[in-house]
This record gives sequence, structure tokens and C-alpha cells, in this order.
Amino acid sequence: METSFTPVMSFAGGVLIGLAAVLLMAVNGRIAGMTGILAGIIPPLSSDWAWRLAFLAGAAVAPVVMIAAGGVIDYAVPVSLPVLAIGGLIVGIGVYFGAGCTSGHGVCGIARLSPRSIAATLTFMLTAGLTVYAVRHLAGGAA
Amino acid sequence: MKRIVVSGLIGALFGLGIAISGMANPAKVLNFFDVAGQWDPSLLLVMGGALATTAFGYRLVFASRSRPLLDARFHLPSNRQIDGRLIGGAALFGIGWGLSGFCPGAAIPAIGFGGVPVLVFIGAMMAGIALARSLDGLSRKQLKAF
Repeated sequence: METSFTPVMSFAGGVLIGLAAVLLMAVNGRIAGMTGILAGIIPPLSSDWAWRLAFLAGAAVAPVVMIAAGGVIDYAVPVSLPVLAIGGLIVGIGVYFGAGCTSGHGVCGIARLSPRSIAATLTFMLTAGLTVYAVRHLAGGAA
Repeated sequence: MKRIVVSGLIGALFGLGIAISGMANPAKVLNFFDVAGQWDPSLLLVMGGALATTAFGYRLVFASRSRPLLDARFHLPSNRQIDGRLIGGAALFGIGWGLSGFCPGAAIPAIGFGGVPVLVFIGAMMAGIALARSLDGLSRKQLKAF
């Protein structure tokens, strides 16, 4: 499935993600890493679960409001449900041991020039690329 | 209470950014990684915009304030070690991301419009985090027994 290059919207979206990361640090003193924020609301709950849940709720509601206001969000999932379940499980285990994901390591960590985050980001970008190559060009499951 | 409301608003900004950028669209994310096929380089600009803003903004925050507005201190990771746990976990995360097209920060903003696929992904991901945490707790207990 082809998708079109969207440099302006993608850059603008990236700037908003960055603004959110800066504000969360300025206000709460926290890294805007989705892994860390999510882990705190999975039982056993962390003691400061309330702001985490509020952040997650805000993140989930905003796009719905945007659509209700007439905005358009391109969305297509060229992946079967069983593969999504397996992928999700692997993501969960990986981000727990890797202590972060694209937002925590890839944005906040690299912005702080953290060597751990730079190493983690290079690693997951590489294995994601190799996985897509294997699925689409070796296994022939071009989606 | 103030902290909860502000966190919700910052989350909304984050979710809006993810939605606008195309990160919450698995087809686009998978095409970004498909350099040998239908390559869509858009996500480079997402990362570029997010990184430049965060790097500049963090500098400003750390230079101008000794503590955050609504907390006693900045909670910054203190672990400096690059080890097998970090690299192995990151490698696994990349494999799951490449299989599904979703990462945690992109999946949450898609909850309201992404239908069954994103719910299946998030359910499995939460189970994965819970499973890893209990395995981790178990192995630490065993280590302590020695």
C-alpha cells in the first residue's frame, strides 16, 4: 500500500510532539516516554498514576476531537490481527527491558544526548528495518 | 489537581502531534522502514521536528529553572550503562514495531479512531509489559536467593 510523502504535516506534527515533551519536563519534570508513562498505570500501579492516566487520556481524546472538528487522519493497517497481537507482545517485552521506545529514547533521550538512548534508537531502527525487509522482500508478504 | 489537568492538556498536544505527523498510521510507518520498496521518508521529518524542538526546549528549561513548575525535581534517568538488557530489549522492540507498524506512543493516540487493530495491539503490548515485569521480578528474587 503506497503512502504519500507529507513533509509539512509530518514536520509540524513532530514540532508538536517536541513541544509536548518540553512542557512535560518544564511542568512535571518528566520524560515524555510512552513506555514509562504506560508502565505506571499497569498494576501494580505507581503512586503517581493519576497524571499518567490524564496524559494518556489527553493523547487518546485529542485526535478524536480533531476528527470531529473536520480534520482528516490517514490510517490503514496492512497487518493481520494475529501478527498485530504477536507484534504487540514483542513490543511490550522489548520496551520494558529496553527501558523506552520511540518517544522516550528516540526523542527525549537523544535530545539530552544520552548515550543509552542513542544506542537503543539505532538498535530498534535497525531491527525494525530488517524486520520489514524480511517480511516484504524475503517472505514475500508485501503489504 | 492542577497537575492532572495540565498533564491531560500536554497529552492532548502529544496526541495531536502524533496524529498530524502520520506516526499513528501503520501503513506509513511500515513504508518508512521499507527503503527497498515503497519508501515514504516522512517520518524523518517527524523525528527531525520533534528532536530539534525538544533539544532546544530542554536546554531552555534546564538553563532557566532549577526545578519544574509542579514538581520538586527533574526526574532524569541516572543509568549510564549500555548493556545487553538495553540492546536486547531495543532489538526486540524494533522487531515488534516492524511487524505491527505500531509503537507505544503512536498506538495510544489511535485508540479513538483505529478500531479493532489498534486495540489488539495495545492489549498485547500491555500484556507484554506486565509479563516482562513479572519475569524480571522473578529473576531478581532468584538472584537474591543466591
